[in-house]
Amino acid sequence: MNCLIEIILSQDDAVRDRSLESVCDGASLDELLAHIAALDEFRRNEDNLYHRVRALFFLAAIYRYHLPQRLAPTQSGLVPFTGYEHLLSRRFVEAIDVFLESQNSDGPSDGLASALAQAYHHLGFQTLADQVRRSVRTVRGNQWMFRLGHPADHPLRIEPKLLRADPETGAMPILQESTAVRMDFSHSAWSDIFFLGMDFPEGARVVNTSIDLGVLGRDSETRPPIETYLRVIDEPVFRLASVDLGATADVTSVAEMFDFARDYLGLLKAAVIASGIVPPGLEGCRQSMSELLLRIVGPGKGLELVSKINDIPKGSRLAVSTNLLGSLISILMRASRQIQSLTGQLTENDRRLVAARAILGEWIGGSGGGWQDSGGVWPGIKLISGTTAQEGDPEFGISRGRLMPVHQVLGRKEASDETRKKIQDSLVLVHGGMAQNVGPILEMVTEHYLLRSKKEWDGRAEAMQILDEVVEAIREGDVKRIGEVTTRNFEGPLQTIIPWATNRFTDVLIEKCREKYADQFWGFWMLGGMAGGGMGFIFDPSVKQEAQQWLSKTMVEVKRSMETSLPFAMDPVVYNFKINDNGTFAKLLSGDDANMPDRYYALVLPNLLKTEIRDLPKGRRIELERIGLRCRDHGGATSGILLDSVLPQGGNQADQASSLQDVLVKCGFDRHQHETIRAELRSGRIGLSQNRLSASTTIRDVRPSDVTDVRGGIEKKYSDLGAEAIRKGQVGVVTLAAGVGSRWTEGAGVCKALHPFNRFSGRHRSFLEVHLAKNQHTTQQYGGSIPQVFTTSYLTDEPIRQNLLEHNSYGFKGSLRVSTGRSIGLRMIPMVRDLRFLWEETAQQLLDEQQQKVRESLRTALIGWAQKAGEGNDYTDNLANQCVHPVGHWYEIPNMLRNGLLKQMLDEQPELQTLMLHNIDTLGANVDPGLLGMHLDRGSALSFEVIGRRIDDRGGGLALVNGRPRLVEGLAMPNEQAEFALTFYNSMTTWIDIDGLLTAFGLNRSDLADDSKVDAAVRAMAARLPTYITLKDVKKRWGHAQEDVFPVAQFEKLWGDMTTLPEIACNFFVTPLLRGQQLKAQAQLDPWKRDGSADYIESLCKWS
Amino acid sequence: MQVRKAVITAAAPQQNRLPLQQLVDRNGEDKTALQLVVEETVAAGIEEICVVIKPGDQAAYESAAGSQLGSLQFVEQPEPLGYADAIFRAKDFVGDESFLHLVGDHLYLSSTDEPCAKQLVQVANEFQCSVSAVQATRENNLPYFGIVSGPHVSQYEGLYEVEHVVEKPTPTLAEQELVTPGLRVGHYLGFFGMHVLTSDVMSLIEQLLADPSHSKPSLSDAASLLPARGKYLAFELQGTRCNLGIKYGLLKAQLAIGLSGRDRDEILTEMVDLLANRVEAGSAR
Repeated sequence: MNCLIEIILSQDDAVRDRSLESVCDGASLDELLAHIAALDEFRRNEDNLYHRVRALFFLAAIYRYHLPQRLAPTQSGLVPFTGYEHLLSRRFVEAIDVFLESQNSDGPSDGLASALAQAYHHLGFQTLADQVRRSVRTVRGNQWMFRLGHPADHPLRIEPKLLRADPETGAMPILQESTAVRMDFSHSAWSDIFFLGMDFPEGARVVNTSIDLGVLGRDSETRPPIETYLRVIDEPVFRLASVDLGATADVTSVAEMFDFARDYLGLLKAAVIASGIVPPGLEGCRQSMSELLLRIVGPGKGLELVSKINDIPKGSRLAVSTNLLGSLISILMRASRQIQSLTGQLTENDRRLVAARAILGEWIGGSGGGWQDSGGVWPGIKLISGTTAQEGDPEFGISRGRLMPVHQVLGRKEASDETRKKIQDSLVLVHGGMAQNVGPILEMVTEHYLLRSKKEWDGRAEAMQILDEVVEAIREGDVKRIGEVTTRNFEGPLQTIIPWATNRFTDVLIEKCREKYADQFWGFWMLGGMAGGGMGFIFDPSVKQEAQQWLSKTMVEVKRSMETSLPFAMDPVVYNFKINDNGTFAKLLSGDDANMPDRYYALVLPNLLKTEIRDLPKGRRIELERIGLRCRDHGGATSGILLDSVLPQGGNQADQASSLQDVLVKCGFDRHQHETIRAELRSGRIGLSQNRLSASTTIRDVRPSDVTDVRGGIEKKYSDLGAEAIRKGQVGVVTLAAGVGSRWTEGAGVCKALHPFNRFSGRHRSFLEVHLAKNQHTTQQYGGSIPQVFTTSYLTDEPIRQNLLEHNSYGFKGSLRVSTGRSIGLRMIPMVRDLRFLWEETAQQLLDEQQQKVRESLRTALIGWAQKAGEGNDYTDNLANQCVHPVGHWYEIPNMLRNGLLKQMLDEQPELQTLMLHNIDTLGANVDPGLLGMHLDRGSALSFEVIGRRIDDRGGGLALVNGRPRLVEGLAMPNEQAEFALTFYNSMTTWIDIDGLLTAFGLNRSDLADDSKVDAAVRAMAARLPTYITLKDVKKRWGHAQEDVFPVAQFEKLWGDMTTLPEIACNFFVTPLLRGQQLKAQAQLDPWKRDGSADYIESLCKWS
Repeated sequence: MQVRKAVITAAAPQQNRLPLQQLVDRNGEDKTALQLVVEETVAAGIEEICVVIKPGDQAAYESAAGSQLGSLQFVEQPEPLGYADAIFRAKDFVGDESFLHLVGDHLYLSSTDEPCAKQLVQVANEFQCSVSAVQATRENNLPYFGIVSGPHVSQYEGLYEVEHVVEKPTPTLAEQELVTPGLRVGHYLGFFGMHVLTSDVMSLIEQLLADPSHSKPSLSDAASLLPARGKYLAFELQGTRCNLGIKYGLLKAQLAIGLSGRDRDEILTEMVDLLANRVEAGSAR
């Protein structure tokens, strides 16, 4: 039997826990291919799901990390488009078959390996996700909801007490549920991921506690942060309201309840569905809500569900949304008598039921969480553990563990009152302000777990041990020790398992705590997911009060210094907290007490006042009278809130508009050009489909004679030539740093150059720092001085200058300049035709079934938004910086001509002959003497570097267009398929002969002093290059760390199009992947670090 | 154990007039629902029958009882305090004997030659314990019935040993606690409205009535205590029942009786005629 299959099948822990590396390191290409064949055969025939999944992850890892290293550098290969199409449509099995067939006929290649790695990876996750879903559906008590097909068959009935109006006031009773959030004590090393719990129940353990919260300086007391309300109303609709998100809707059809992204009420809708009131089986039944409510509540009656989370911001790492879901489900299940008690605490059985429904709700809503997340439904401190599946469990025979863990609430013996108090007196709980998507982290954890890499597996074992220590420290009441072990956990196993669990912001905060409080700082407490949002700092109780105030200020200061480089969603806050011993708890409010929260009334009052009183239903009239009574009786806060809701307030919008105008004026916005583009966009002359080259264009792969392949090495004569040029100071570097990393931070608008993305030599360093360190390394090796330029845009100019100043240019000794961008565009509301083109006519990754439904509903909403906001109108409803855009990297070099920077450089260093231009995220691009020598030897104006294509390298490539080699942008490809026939991908790194370029612009060195001549030359050149319309995602932040993402239209001109100009002679060098690959998305970081790329970059750098 | 007595409850508000409704039986004779229920009871070998009624209803019931009046006794339930209380009113009548219990607003149609009540009484006689008639009930009907669950009694078709009884459970609870192996998915054993109960049940009801946490206890509440007292069975008998109290209940019951009787063809002809006229009228419009 193949030894990898033995590892998968073994009952012996010592064998089963062996890592993939222990077998693959040192294996030859043929041996790896033999493993692959055996594993693929195995996964096709194996019944056991977890064996299959492990084989899939082994296959993915071999293709990603081991096989490429055994291939000759020139074995790039092509990825068959049909396989790619299968991949996008989530037909992973078919995709694998296509790729394997191609591998069998053409031999293994780097491109195919990347495609197979991705396909196996996806298939592994899909298999796992399907299993969790199946388990959620088969939990007893959930199954019936999938069978119910028509409202007339609905078996639930409302609790009669909720139907009786108060005889005196006429008010309907309100059921109110208060729910805690959960705080993870030990950080579970993400062992609460469902897959882990189900495969390795022994290792899935968490200690978490339910807490009440208050924001320091805002709330006078702590209380359960989640409140939900439910009442019967006298209209046959399901009314949903989220007080925090300021959203309310009357759901009148069953279909609408399944339309999650239509408004901000997706979570409430998921709760209504998961609670069984509108069970999932009803999706697509096309019935009205009134018919369903008729069965459950009675004729002419409806329900109103309201949520309020006391302004706890997103990303708190306290599982606010899962516990809100739990609270909503609990209140709905109480009201429909699925839970025994209408009021008070829940029984253990009911809590488990609510937790199982919350898991279902998360799946329905297309989100995800861990199994500890509904911990706020339970009271106090509890140990939550995975448990082995027994006969009779739906999981038995499928997975080792059960879907649902076991909760053991710690009694006063295990966690005394004194200990609880001590914890409250020592721990400072904060929200650092970062709200990041932890999805990729959870995928990494799963992958690392299944591969059992030694370091990470040891880390997991240590984390399990640390949990025991935490439990012991709680039992002993030793909070100092808790701090010591949670810090050890954070700095040790957690970062071993996932290095991305921390970031520069968190590291700096910990350093500052240590500096300021020394021994009185007892430790750091990572709450979950990743650091930067919700976190804990443990102090000696004698300084806790002071430290709380200090931390509150310090966090804001540190955030200010980093907000241009890290994605913050809000200013940091410090919480007060208290352990909650109720879990979720309900009360029935009746008579005079039957009131919704003030802010609910502020939300609904404006609309109510627009309707004639006589036209309002009776319930609403009574409610208005009672609001009036409340204002008269209590006055104060209530009246203030309500007045604010109906009367206009200060001019926030006016401020926004004026600051946008300032930015536009400052950055030399060209209104005339803007109006021309708008007119063309609206008339359909330009747009996404018009970006494409005509269908009659012939696009073929280049011939070997069209490129110079240096992947096998470069002759010494070129290296010598290049080294000489470096030594003489004939070369400079231009780094494109105008971008805000749209993909990197999903539109958060930070300066990508300054983003501290990875730890090098002991601390997090930014892209900018890496480029400076490479420059330094080169001059140290070859002598001379390499002037370094960072080109900026309005968004990145000030932050980069400031950062360089603050850090004293990171010790960079040579000439360092910032080229200020001179061009700016104003974003526009996209054309619906372009949105449809993007979503319907370009190949898109299909999401998992439920997430895809959510995405489609969101897209309908976005089309509605574009129509309402006016297609082609200026996009101004956001911060000024998010409304304007850089106009494409083609402008960066011309900007250096226009802003006089190139002239300055040439004046200072007249021997300068060549510039190496590269993207901020092409980390491997350094001034390589061999490539420089070859460029000099060829004597062409421009030499472009290309790399072999991997499956993720989308966005054009090197092609023969109508017989001439040139770079074709992805946007310009006549169809989706064309790109897949191109072997080489454009890395954007360009060697520029300064004089050759100036000649192409019709200039020479002395003309650089003549601004008008330079301007005219740039304009003339720009006019010859195509303008592309692109749609970019931009985040709009609002409320408490809430974010919406809008696709907005902008235009750009791209540097690669210089190769289309016939008079410019261009070379194309094929360079190794390590040099040319780019880091575009955070999800790439982990494989980048694991495959040796990070070490390679480090080897190019010399840190000051 | 010999079951000689029967208790028919007919005192529920809104439902007390249902047993007085006139129907046509299988043989084409006019009878009240009460007569049909009493006939069912008598066919099972019952000798004495007690009908629990609302105060003031006795005269109407006497006139609806027809030729069976002689075997009937009437007991009043002074206040509408629930189903269990209604049965408890017959405590003295029952004494220490087992009894057959039927609800007055249901009619039963056997699908064999043995009437439904007779099938049930035979099982009770054989096993010498309380037996409730049940039928497989789809989960959408859970809000209307008491539901029982328990293991199948080996070698006896349709017989179950009851472990749990819950009145009108939610499907969530039913799925967690009331699944009976052998039934189709989403189906539970729901009460048929017919029971043979030992006199023990009266003391259980008495306990419940004394317990202030139970307002208006149901028979299911009492029945849920029975398994702890000894053997308690549920029998899926061969037949159907018609609830007169639901919308079109009387009509459905009449159709079911008619279509299983002598005048089947005549009824079918009338129905086809009705339908045809309706279609003609529709097309004329």
